[in-house]
Amino acid sequence: MKYVDEFRDPELAKTLLAEIERLLPQIEATKHRPLQLMEFCGGHTHTIFRYGIEQLLPKTIELVHGPGCPVCVLPMGRVDDCVALAERPEVIFTTFGDAMRVPGSKKSLLQAKADGADVRMVYSPLDALDLAKKNPNREVIFFALGFETTMPSTALTVLQAAEDGVQNFSLFCNHITTVPTIKAILDSPSMQLDGFVAPGHVSMVVGEEPFHFVAARYKKPIVITGFEPLDILQSIWLLIKQIAEGRCEVENQYARVVTADGNTPGLKAIAKVFELRDYFEWRGLGSIDHSGVKMKEAYAQFDAEKKFSMPNLTIADPKSCQCGEVLKGAIKPWECKVFASACTPETPMGALMVSSEGACAAYYNFGNLPQIMALKLEQEKLESEKIS
Amino acid sequence: MCLGIPGQVVEIVDAAKKLAKVEVSGVRRQVSLACIVSDEHPIEACIGDWVLVHVGFAMSRINEEEAKKTLELLMELGEAQKELESMQSSHDINLVGNS
Ligand code: SF4
Repeated sequence: MKYVDEFRDPELAKTLLAEIERLLPQIEATKHRPLQLMEFCGGHTHTIFRYGIEQLLPKTIELVHGPGCPVCVLPMGRVDDCVALAERPEVIFTTFGDAMRVPGSKKSLLQAKADGADVRMVYSPLDALDLAKKNPNREVIFFALGFETTMPSTALTVLQAAEDGVQNFSLFCNHITTVPTIKAILDSPSMQLDGFVAPGHVSMVVGEEPFHFVAARYKKPIVITGFEPLDILQSIWLLIKQIAEGRCEVENQYARVVTADGNTPGLKAIAKVFELRDYFEWRGLGSIDHSGVKMKEAYAQFDAEKKFSMPNLTIADPKSCQCGEVLKGAIKPWECKVFASACTPETPMGALMVSSEGACAAYYNFGNLPQIMALKLEQEKLESEKIS
Repeated sequence: MCLGIPGQVVEIVDAAKKLAKVEVSGVRRQVSLACIVSDEHPIEACIGDWVLVHVGFAMSRINEEEAKKTLELLMELGEAQKELESMQSSHDINLVGNS
């Protein structure tokens, strides 16, 4: 219980843990295997590592870290497209800071900037729009990424650009959607998940309704969850309670921010500007149906994909990089061959090492590194013995 | 980007465009209130509201206690510092002065 004292209410944390321990023996499945609960969102992954939540939980609960970090699932080909756009002399390429260091096949945006491309970090898409107004003879492109959480902001910025008649502003749209991705995970035969910790801020936008199919069709419990360590513990308790009682429902642990209907003005703006793509390519996960959005034809003049030509290639990740397996939960980050050797937060090979929300960076920064490295060595020894 | 940051609406800048100044941990910045205003809660009523700000847009109204707890958590995670830095460095066009 090393970390429990760091919780805002250590007593409540202890009570929740005791309740979880009490309920677990009532669940038949735990006699044969650990229960697997997936936290979809990278923000949750970060909190789980920072507060050592996994170590606090009984061994019969395993947390599977989901693909919910938009920077981490950005395919290499898309980064190459960004670099190609940024290298056009007329372009000012604007992006959230998180995306700067994601490796492309030749360079990251940060390297492109060092080589002379006009790449600028902005805090908000509105800043990019202002930049366009101030530089009428340049083309300002905003790299739109993120799940539903950031979609209202880019949609509203495009609507503002249309209203103001701005001609030199466009989005390179790489937004991804949560629900089709959860569905793809549920359909994947290699995944046997027992429940979901659902993302809080995606739900803040989309509401509770879109998650009902998880409970209704797939018979898995799902709890919309906040980002405090106590929120996560409470949600794990709610999931275990549902499983023990044989229920599967959508519960909302984060009601202080998430309403049943979500954010109506935000959803309206999304529906106006964006529509689902047939499929979208994810780093490590391959193509997932309907997992991204593109801009509607009515806003084609603000769509960088229509305005500029791009290489638009699908590029395989380097062989030694095992981001895909980590994203699928098939291996733990430290089991990747290059973890902490060739791949570190300073010199990331895979995107999971770039963002603080990526599972590899979380293990690297907050995991017990010496212990992890010892495990890794042991495993490599076993493997080489197997071979010889 | 995904976690957002809490702040308090201190001044309406442009009611038609639903723009306001929001103060986040001592830093004031222009933020869009388009996602939190409604007929029941018009823009004039937003002054003093505590809101969760995501990439320049207030996305949810929260209570003051929640705002303070969230900010504390984000400080612990190191996310608040990053967010404030990018709010301030964002080529200062929307920065409406530090206080
Ligand atoms: S250690 Fe690096 S290459 Fe390996 S899975 Fe993690 S991010 Fe990808």
